[in-house]
Amino acid sequence: MTYFRVIRSGINTTFQDFGRKNLYHIGIPFSGAMDNRNYTLANIISGNKENNPVIEFAFQGPLLKLKGEKVNFNITGNVNFNIIKNKNTIEGNCYQNYILEDGDELDILSTNNSVYGYLSISGNFDVQYQWNSCSTNTKAKIGANEGKKIEKDQLLNISNLHFKNLKRKLEYVNSKIENIRVIKGTNFYYFSKEGIKSFFEKEFTVTKLSDRMGMRLEGVKIENVVDTNIKSEGLIKGVIQVPADGNPIIMLSDHGTIGGYPKIGVVISADYDKLVQLPPGSKIKFKQIELSEAEMLFKLYQMETKNLALKIQ
Amino acid sequence: MIKNISNLGDAALYCDFGKEVDKATNIEVIKYFKNVNEKQIEGITNITPSYNKLIISFDLNFTNFNKVKKKIENLELKNFTNIQGKSIDIPICCEDRFALDISRLEKKLNITKDKIYEKFFSKEYYCYMTGFIAGHPFLGDIDEALRVKRLETPRVKMPKGSVGITEQFCNIYSFESPGGWNIIGNTPLDIFDKSNELKPNLISPGDTIKFNQITIEEYKKRTGNDIF
Repeated sequence: MTYFRVIRSGINTTFQDFGRKNLYHIGIPFSGAMDNRNYTLANIISGNKENNPVIEFAFQGPLLKLKGEKVNFNITGNVNFNIIKNKNTIEGNCYQNYILEDGDELDILSTNNSVYGYLSISGNFDVQYQWNSCSTNTKAKIGANEGKKIEKDQLLNISNLHFKNLKRKLEYVNSKIENIRVIKGTNFYYFSKEGIKSFFEKEFTVTKLSDRMGMRLEGVKIENVVDTNIKSEGLIKGVIQVPADGNPIIMLSDHGTIGGYPKIGVVISADYDKLVQLPPGSKIKFKQIELSEAEMLFKLYQMETKNLALKIQ
Repeated sequence: MIKNISNLGDAALYCDFGKEVDKATNIEVIKYFKNVNEKQIEGITNITPSYNKLIISFDLNFTNFNKVKKKIENLELKNFTNIQGKSIDIPICCEDRFALDISRLEKKLNITKDKIYEKFFSKEYYCYMTGFIAGHPFLGDIDEALRVKRLETPRVKMPKGSVGITEQFCNIYSFESPGGWNIIGNTPLDIFDKSNELKPNLISPGDTIKFNQITIEEYKKRTGNDIF
């Protein structure tokens, strides 16, 4: 039996994979790893299949002690972590494989100027699946770990270990964030000219009231001139709603599936990974683009991910 | 019929069935939902019906807006006989400990508690959609004398099973969650059962709901809960 004992759980540590499809109509969101590219890279570096479960952590990660057979792992994101072997501490680099042996500890200290990081092992975490996904949704209590965050003193069982391609390594830093690009929302004209102007010209600050469900922003109040409510309708991740108080909220991976606030815009798919990595206090500036440009930028995003993957294959 | 299709961001179609919120419009939405769902169109990841909109989201790795739009515009619509679904009885206990907003409603609506319940229990309700949180049904339409806005300050924790009203609608909180509707009672039934993957929701769009008032004793018996 090989397992990690959780000595410290970290702030928001959950099992995640790609997420679950075709359940919005019953009220279950997509969930899945917040930063898709770093999730994908973690599994590629480990030599796993693409949809393998990983451990996602936010801000402070877990401290884990290995029991049993040796395990190959890597961490992606922008993360400080140490490997502790017989009281010797080795500073780890992201996007690189390491081996842990019986009794070794992995201390994931913090994410740097970012929110989420990923721990992948060459093998499997033994987790429960619901609707073909292990992604933990703590609100509906669905997925791995009975829908709960990983807690202190838990044992995380590991199986199907493999050790190919141990030299895999990648030099990569998340691209610098300048603007978050958005497409006009379906209630764009609910907002005053002045409101729309400020939305694209002024900076907004990411507040502490942000989690896997949504990101609340603060800044200039966006004035609504039609109605501060709409008849409730479906939501998707990236939708920017503006409730009566004029402060935008961006829907993230665990969002409610239905909402009744006007939608001023939607973050383009190519910028979603960058967006979710903005910690509280970060400044956001929105830039309006058209659908065709957003589609082209997504192709570019796909190519970049592919190129990064090629470097390690 | 769909009146207009536009894009919601770069990975979803926004199908607009008009401004009206009524059963006839909603049945059209559900008809489209069932048809699109059955076609299994490549790249579609979610189809979300609501009162008068249908949002179809897709994975940009496999398709794009124009491709999906064309598929939807050329969809051969089949009639489903089961759009108007089943009839379900939902027991509610309206003891003060559950009816969190009843005195507020008496004042706001300027009618007595008894009158509120008489009007509420005398009607059957249609399920327009489920969502917001898993299994949560949006039902309607309630009597015109009972229509109020949402709470000014939503509750951070709405108890599981709470039955609420707002505008022309009523709802049931399938599990503890934040919420802003005016609570008039609580059901001991499990509205969402995550262990039943094929049918986790007790109530589906198109179903008809009949609420029955039960006593606190019956409520306790059904939940097997003796905390009161």
